[in-house]
Parts: sequence; C-alpha cells; structure tokens
Amino acid sequence: MEENLAQVTTLPGFGRALKTEEMVINMGPQHPSTHGVLRLELVVDGEVVIDVIPQLGYLHRCFEKHCEHMTNYQQVIPYADRLDYVAAMSNEFGFVVAMERLLKIKVPERVEYIRVIMAEFSRIVSHLIALGTYGMDIGAFTPFLYCMRDREHVLDIFEETCGARLLYNYMWIGGLSHDVQPNFTEKVKSFCKYFRPKITELNDLLSYNKIFIKRTANVGVLPGDVALNYAVSGPVLRGSGVKWDLRKNDPYSVYDRLEFEIPVGRGLRGTVGDCWDRYMVRVHEMEQSVNIIEQAVDKLPSGDVQSALPKRIRPDAGDIYARTETPKGELGYYIVSDGTATPFRVKVKSPCFVNLSALPAMCRGAMIADVVAILGSIDIVLGEVDR
Amino acid sequence: MKEFLIDLLHNAPVVYTLMALVPLLWVIPFALFAVWWERKISAHMQDRLGPMRTGGWHGWAQTIADILKLIQKEDIIPSSADRKLFILAPYIVFAGSYAAYAAIPFSAAYVGSEINIGLFYIISISSLVVVGLLMAGWASNNKWSLFGAMRSAAQIVSYEVPVALAVLAVIMVSGTFDLQEINRLQAGWFFPNWYVFQKPPFLFVALIIYFVASLAEVNRTPFDIPEAESELVAGYHTEYGGMRFALLFLSEYANMFAVSAIAATLFFGGWNSPFGDFLSGPYWGLFWFLAKGMTFIFVQMWLRWTLPRLRVDQLMYVGWKVLIPFAFAVVIGVGFWVVAAR
Amino acid sequence: MTPQEIFDALKTAFGDAVIEGKLTGTIDPFIKIAPDKAREIGLFLRDDPRLQFNVLMCLSGMDYAGGKLGVVYHLHSMAHNHKIVLKTEVPSEGGHVSSVESVWKTANWHEREAYDLYGMTFDGHPDMRRILMPYDWQGHPLRKDYQVPEFYNGMKVPY
Repeated sequence: MEENLAQVTTLPGFGRALKTEEMVINMGPQHPSTHGVLRLELVVDGEVVIDVIPQLGYLHRCFEKHCEHMTNYQQVIPYADRLDYVAAMSNEFGFVVAMERLLKIKVPERVEYIRVIMAEFSRIVSHLIALGTYGMDIGAFTPFLYCMRDREHVLDIFEETCGARLLYNYMWIGGLSHDVQPNFTEKVKSFCKYFRPKITELNDLLSYNKIFIKRTANVGVLPGDVALNYAVSGPVLRGSGVKWDLRKNDPYSVYDRLEFEIPVGRGLRGTVGDCWDRYMVRVHEMEQSVNIIEQAVDKLPSGDVQSALPKRIRPDAGDIYARTETPKGELGYYIVSDGTATPFRVKVKSPCFVNLSALPAMCRGAMIADVVAILGSIDIVLGEVDR
Repeated sequence: MKEFLIDLLHNAPVVYTLMALVPLLWVIPFALFAVWWERKISAHMQDRLGPMRTGGWHGWAQTIADILKLIQKEDIIPSSADRKLFILAPYIVFAGSYAAYAAIPFSAAYVGSEINIGLFYIISISSLVVVGLLMAGWASNNKWSLFGAMRSAAQIVSYEVPVALAVLAVIMVSGTFDLQEINRLQAGWFFPNWYVFQKPPFLFVALIIYFVASLAEVNRTPFDIPEAESELVAGYHTEYGGMRFALLFLSEYANMFAVSAIAATLFFGGWNSPFGDFLSGPYWGLFWFLAKGMTFIFVQMWLRWTLPRLRVDQLMYVGWKVLIPFAFAVVIGVGFWVVAAR
Repeated sequence: MTPQEIFDALKTAFGDAVIEGKLTGTIDPFIKIAPDKAREIGLFLRDDPRLQFNVLMCLSGMDYAGGKLGVVYHLHSMAHNHKIVLKTEVPSEGGHVSSVESVWKTANWHEREAYDLYGMTFDGHPDMRRILMPYDWQGHPLRKDYQVPEFYNGMKVPY
C-alpha cells in the first residue's frame, strides 16, 4: 500500500516532478561525424545534453617523442605533415618558419611567395573539407561532393609541383624541395577563375538555406571573452567576433606585403559566435585566400628555391616559439635545441587541441543533434589533436 | 480482375490470396529499381556517375547484386537483444507499409479491395509502421537505436494529423472515401478535372501539405532524423544486417511508393489519362498511374539530396505549428466552398 | 612593455618567487619563477592593467636532462601586443606546480597533457587525469629516461 502510494505520488499533478534519469551515451570512437577517432561521452537528460566529456588519445602517434630521436631537423618535416593531414602545407610552413628564425636564415623571395601560395591553397583545401563534411553532418549530402570536386583541382596543382596529393614534404628548412613547373602561373590563375563562382554556388546551396540556418544559428554560442580565456584561435575565434589573425597581427613570411581582409562573425543570422558565424567565416576566408593567391602569383619573382638550404642544421642552444595561422587556427611550434643536430624538444601547440577544449563550454544545454553541429563547426582533425 | 480470376479458378480464398499478392509483383521490382534509380539520381546531382559496371549499361543490375549479397550474409542478432521482438519488427514494419496497397487502385480494372472506406483504412493501417519501428529500436538494446525509434515514433504520429486534414479536404470535395470512386470522379482532361486544380488554391495547398507531411511519414530528408546517418549511425536499423535489413529497406521504399500513389490518386487523377479519352483504358491506366507515382518518387529523391535535415524539435514545430494551422485553414475554406456551391 | 619592464614589475610584486630573468641574448626572453607561485603570478600577469596577458599561448612540459622537469608558459597580451615566457623547474620525482587553470581555462588540457607525458602534478587542477595515453598506462612517455613497458593489459607493446 505504501509502495503504491509512493508510485502514485510521483506522478505529475502531485506536486513532485517526475524524476528523470541522466543517461550517459557514447559517441564514437567510430562515428560518422566525429571527424576521426574521437570519443565523446554525453551526459544527457532526454535529448538535452548536460555535459560533454571528450576522450582523446586514439590517434596519438608520439610525434614529439619521435622528434627527439631524429638525426636531423629536416627529418621532422614529413612527420609534421601528418599532424593536420588535411592541410599539410600549413604544418610544414609553421615548422620551417620556426626553424628559420632559430637558425637566422633568410630565404629567397621566390621561396616566400611560393610558400604563401601553397599555404593559401591548403587553406582553401582544408576549408572545403570542413564545409563539405559540415554540410554532411547537418544532412545535406550534395555540397560535400561539390567540395571534393573542387578540391581535386588544387590537389592536381600540388601533384604537379611536388609529386604528392596529400602529404608533401615540400617546404624544407631554408627552401623548397622542388621548384614549381613552368605552367604554374597559368594553372593557378585558371583555378582562381574557376573557383570563385563555385563559392557562390556553395552559398546558394548550403549557406543561406533556411533549414541550414535553423540548424546552425544560435547554436553553440561562444562569447568572445570566453574564447580568449580558452585561447581558441582561427575561424572559431573570429566567428566569436574577435578580429585576430596572425597573418595581419603578427605577420610572418611575406603576408605584410599582400592585401586581404579578415572576415569576422557578426551574428547576421543569429548570435555572434554561433555555428553559422564560424561557418561563414570559413567561406569568406576561402574568398580571401583566392585574392591572396592571385596577388602572390602576380608578384612571384624569379630565383633559385634551393639556394639557401643549409648544409648542416645545427642551431645554437636555445629555444623559440613561433606561430603561424593555419586553417584551423594558431599552430605553434616550441622548439628547444641543445646545440646538436637532434632536436631536444619539439612541442606542437595544435589549434584543434585547444579549440576542442572549448567544446564543453559551447555544448551546455544543447541537444544531441546540436552537439554534432557544434563539433563540426569547430573543425577538428584528430591527427592534430592527438599528435 | 477479380471476376476474371474467379471464373478461372472457382475458388474464392485462393483468388483473394492471389489478389493480395499482386501488388507484391510491383513492389519488389519497384524497390529494386528505386534503389538503383536513387543511386543514379544522387550521383548525377552530386556531379559523379554512380553504379556503372554491374550488368553492363549504367550498372542496372547493381541492386540485384546487392540483394544476392544480402541474402548470403550471416544473420547476427545481438546477444542481449530481445530476440522475439528483434525478429518480429521488420515483418511488422513491412506489413504496415504493404497493407496500404490493398486499397490503392492501380488501374480501372484492378484494385485490391474496393472498400468504401479506403482512405480511412489506409491512413490507419499505415500507422502500424510506428509499432514496428519502436520494436526495432527497443529490441536492438542499443541507446542510439532507441533514440532513433523514439524520434521516429514522435515524428510519424505528429505528422499523421496534417496528412489526415489534407486528405479530409479532398474527401469533402469528392464526397467519398473510396479511392477507386475518387479516380472515376477525375476523368477527363487534366484541367480542370484533376483535384489539384479544383477549388483553387485550397486543394493545391492541400497537396503541398500532404506531400511535406508524407515525407515525414516515410522518414525521408528533410525529416530523416530517425535514420540520421551522421548522428545515430543508422538509427533504429543500426543492428540489423542481411535479409532483415533488406526487409526494412524494402518496406521503406514500399511506403514511399504508397504515399506517392495516394498523392497521385487524390490530386493528380490516379490512373486517368491527362488527355481525357486519348490514351486511356485499363492498361494505359496502369501506365499513367505508375508514371505519376514515379514522378513523386523522383521529387522525394530530389529533395533528399538537396536539403539538410531538421532537428527534432524543429521538425515537431513544423508539424504542429505550421502544417496543422494551414491544414485547418484549407479544411475550413474547402468546407465553406462546398457548402456554398450546393 | 619591454621584457625588462615586465621583469621589474614581477620582481616588485613577488620578490623571491621570481628567480631570474634572461632578457637579452635569446630569441625569446624568459623569466624563471618558483613553481608553487605560478598561480598567483599568472593572476597578476593577467589582471594587472600594464601587463594584461590574457592569452596563454602554450604550456609545455620539459625534461631538462639531469633529474629535473620543467614547465614553460608562453603568454601573450592582445591589448599591449607583448609576449613573455615563464619557466619553472621541479624535481623529477614528486614535482608539484601550482595550476594556472583558474587563470586561463586553456591550461586545463595543457596541464593534463604535461602530467600525462612528464609526470609533474599540478596542484589545484580540477581534473588531473591522463589525456593522451590510456588511463591505466604506467609511466610518463616523454621523459628522457622512459622505458617502453613490455606488456600493457596482456598485449605486447614493442613490436
């Protein structure tokens, strides 16, 4: 009798709310939209997420330990490629910028301009994948294939230059591994002409689609000051309204001679710092990258790309922290040298690692479908998160 | 056709069984064809080619090859799954989808059962699918399947209301539940006899409401939350493999064609030829009916590969706060019109 | 502010906790601080209006060969556009550094990684667990004297 009474008095209408239990669901490590092997533990109450606990380490490949056993600093570069395997040129760029500052080497102008062109191509490639897979997470399958189709053109240019489509070992300390082919300028210009209308097509198909906006606007809002405390960088930070881009604020290579704009999220369709802002920042960055490439290829001087390659790389004892703006954010290399040819310590501060740490802050109170949208808008590549 | 068969066989139960199996003659080849067609349509919309090799010309035998492969697969049932429900669920889903075909007239000469409450029967029997989906999700003993099943149940049940209201508008105009009778009332040239052009714009709006709500009924994008591939792996049918999966897949396509067929019958004249008497007759009627059904299937596939999917609460919002008010407006409008015209 | 001014401001505020500063002759000038005062120094660096180091760019663990571990902090101020590097040293066994997680939230995962790979503990960290290695891994991989274990949960590790 007491038992029945207890059961009855927990029904609604008796002044005591129905007790619901929190459920712990596991997303991953194998899951179509965690962009790699990432495990997310979701503590949910029905469809509302109470907490998200990312579990990393499934792709840890001991990059930093490997570096301490190399015989030569040049050997680090193929491994650096494989950090963010989607935009490999940017990783190499970060490493060679750091090493050239440590060694106080000045590379020829031609090398600088080609590096900038390759880095901007890798930015376009990375954003195409980010936007395509983001559309797929939201449910639109077609933009993914359009992005892949456009990406193939860039990969063809990469293949002609250095022989590889995805992982290049192209930027060496002090120069490049190969000079570009004679038809490089025309190929680049024709790609730029081909690609600008494709951005418009992507906007028509996905960016301004009402359903897409409903799924992404006002979802996963990250305020600017919280973003800075979490040290997020890249499109995630710019989507939150903070106008900070290392190419303009802490320039390296020849970025200070090129004109481009920094897109910032303004909350046009929702709040500042929601998923739609981060997505649109990436779309606009692709447009700006095309501008940069066109300017750089016009200014490309002649020269020998291998004239400054050092015969022996033995930096003085000391350390340096150098950062570059990759498509994912601020990639930092903290390189400590003990005076020998083997690196003493190479620490990679990976933007995806830091951006992912802000995921719980963005997901409080969201629904499960929103967690997928928020994760996609951060744009992580597990190779970089886990190194 | 019933009379023809009874004269031939003189055995009523056998005749009725055969009549019940006739739509299967369409549904199974249709499902095989539709899977191939969907792959080709999606491929061409995505700027790629799709199946090209199996069987020679554009890979037409791809689905047949897939079915042969699925038949040979090991039948895996998760050890902590509820065996009876797990095995029973695909059959119930298929029964719910297939039972609707009993009352859909394929041609002037063939309808499974000419009952005078045909539409009412169809709407109620196709809700059986919800029971099957819930069984599939629950019996899989997988939290993600359970999520998919719960979402699916909520979605289908909510969208029954706009479907019923849109269909109610047509019933008010035609005055009967019997689908074969509705077909006969739309004989003649397509304009102004087909119901989509009558009582403008109310029945046109009713068509839109019915089509959108039926997309939710069959779990197609933008309402494919229950099987949202990128969130729930495969939703309620994650744990199903081999022939059980093939059966669930078959019932999804059967359901798609059923709602397309109803849309074609209610609004676009069913088996009537658009040109009045020209190109009409029992066999031409079959052709027109199938062609109209396939056009709706094409539109459903087109939408799937173009639009993103709605989140669950947005989906509920669209169903309850957008479609239902419009459907009520249509019913009231058509009601007044019909009364005023009398 | 120049590195010398930053060093002077810190020295005035914290005295002995600021051990020494190498401000010339290196590419990145650094200041050595006492490990147990890291949180207070961090708070001061973040909140003082002349300094305003609001971004912790990187927090790295270090193994200085010779039985000493260390933590290196790279700080940056967006308002004043200056950077500084802080270094600490702790012994290999039982090294404790006070956590700066309450100052810069980004340190949460960085410190977990430093603990995971080097073994120094961060006092005051809300969630001191391993992050890259499995939770029941023995040993701290990035140390210079690390030996790869033979077996992990019955699986042979070196192949």
